[in-house]
Amino acid sequence: MMCLKNYLCLPVALLAALFAGACGSVDIDDEDLDAVDGTEAPAVVTRVDPATAATVNGKVFFEGDLPRARRLAMDAEPACAGLHTEPVYSEVVVPNDNKTLRHVFVYVKEGLEGMKFETPTEPAVLDQKGCIYLPHMMGVQVNQPVRILNSDPTTHNVHPTPRNNREWNESMAPNVPPKMKKFPREEVMIPVKCNVHPWMKSYIGVLPHPFFSVTDGDGSFEITGLPPGEYTIGIWHEFLKEGVTTHKVTLAASESKSVDFTLKQAS
Amino acid sequence: MNHSLPTSIGSAGSYHYFAVITACFTFLLIVAGALVTGNEAGLSVPDWPLSYGSLNPPWEGNIRYEHGHRLVAAFVGLLTIALAVWVWKKEPRRPVRKLGWIALGVVVAQGILGGVTVLWYLPAPISVLHACLAQTFFCLVVSLAWLSSSAWAQRVRDRSPGLPLNRLAMAAAGAIYLQLLLGAIFRHTQSGILPHLLGALLVTLLAGWLMARVFRSPRASSVLTGAATLLGVLLALQLLLGLASWLLRLATADAVQPQFPVVAVTTAHVAVGALILAASVILALQSWRVRSEEGRAESRTPATPVNP
Repeated sequence: MMCLKNYLCLPVALLAALFAGACGSVDIDDEDLDAVDGTEAPAVVTRVDPATAATVNGKVFFEGDLPRARRLAMDAEPACAGLHTEPVYSEVVVPNDNKTLRHVFVYVKEGLEGMKFETPTEPAVLDQKGCIYLPHMMGVQVNQPVRILNSDPTTHNVHPTPRNNREWNESMAPNVPPKMKKFPREEVMIPVKCNVHPWMKSYIGVLPHPFFSVTDGDGSFEITGLPPGEYTIGIWHEFLKEGVTTHKVTLAASESKSVDFTLKQAS
Repeated sequence: MNHSLPTSIGSAGSYHYFAVITACFTFLLIVAGALVTGNEAGLSVPDWPLSYGSLNPPWEGNIRYEHGHRLVAAFVGLLTIALAVWVWKKEPRRPVRKLGWIALGVVVAQGILGGVTVLWYLPAPISVLHACLAQTFFCLVVSLAWLSSSAWAQRVRDRSPGLPLNRLAMAAAGAIYLQLLLGAIFRHTQSGILPHLLGALLVTLLAGWLMARVFRSPRASSVLTGAATLLGVLLALQLLLGLASWLLRLATADAVQPQFPVVAVTTAHVAVGALILAASVILALQSWRVRSEEGRAESRTPATPVNP
């Protein structure tokens, strides 16, 4: 359409150009995601014989100094502050007493190519409770349902910011039914945040197989049910990126091996 | 092309105070927008144009900042519609009448951009454009307020040698706008600070030159010297705020949520940036008037006979 007046052309053209440019940055559409589901994965599901299944376990240690734990400031939000009688600290870096770290995602990074694993129908659960996400970090399989709850008496929004999956941002008022979501593409990791309460952050690792774990209160992890083979085990932490972050392991039938990792602050 | 604007405001003064009020609310809107960015509240309301499907969403957490921003924006939109109609009805100068409609077009575009930022999850180019269009709109409303003021009608003379004042003032205003663009890019894309620092240097040099030029002018009007003084004071304050903002960012780099001192100082930095731009626009308009006056004076001067 022609501009009615010359002076209107500039803002109209500027807007059109920017909208077009921003369209190019909109990430992934449904067809892309369907194509990934339908064509890339092998058709035959791999069955692991329990009699030969192997295990890898270990701990994630830290060395050097760690940033001090940050107390979450919920004071401006009485609906959140009132849910806690004790101070609440950030879960970005959580050291354990034994020089290990909590909330480290450990997963089989390489070695399972060409295999397809059954997608669980049982949903993983992500809760918003006390104005923090529970759990802080979790793993799911591609297309596994994720059941998202709001157990708080306040409104949250759930906003994953993936690179390979589709971004979405949905509100959850108190007492609403759970949301069921899926992530159709592999991605380590997807940050999830609540923009209403900006301290609320969580991470979801999406993998095409069930071989992942998150370190616990003594820094331990265990990945069970692996078929015998050679694997690269990788770890991911939201803040600490340097150190020993991968290990190659060869697992014979029914074998159990232990590998430890070490993370430190970037120098 | 004739660049001159008629200097008599005639009946235009009738909307002057309304334009000033609109400019004040636009400034408040810029502050509200900066608070949204500073508190990471841009996506706390996932829907648009309503907020949580309502005009009155739960007033909780960051929703306060985002919905507050939308309410002020809606009010500024209504003020701008009224201002554009008022200007159209009462303004005798055709270019100024156009300015009213352009302001209305820009505020509508700005509202749509605000919606797009929410629905497309804050894409950086749209966020940067939203920030810059806000400053553009502020300039337009300040211009309408200034062009309808009695100060605009004040006579101005400038016979100082060197670069014409109007060109220098326009260059300074352009550099300040560019600097706001660089600031928005830095803020919304987390890119390096260097372009913004170079922009600050350019603005300081040009603004310093402009101020020196105004103060050296023996017959500079009180309007020009007042605007130049304001520009200098604001610029000094802005440099301090910029430094404080940067140091606070470094000190709180590992913070897990927005920190009040950072939000307060960066919001003040955005707000003072808007005021500097407004002061430079006033200087540019008034110095443009210098040229108009001189142009008219020269056209009235009879041609000097050439001796055979």
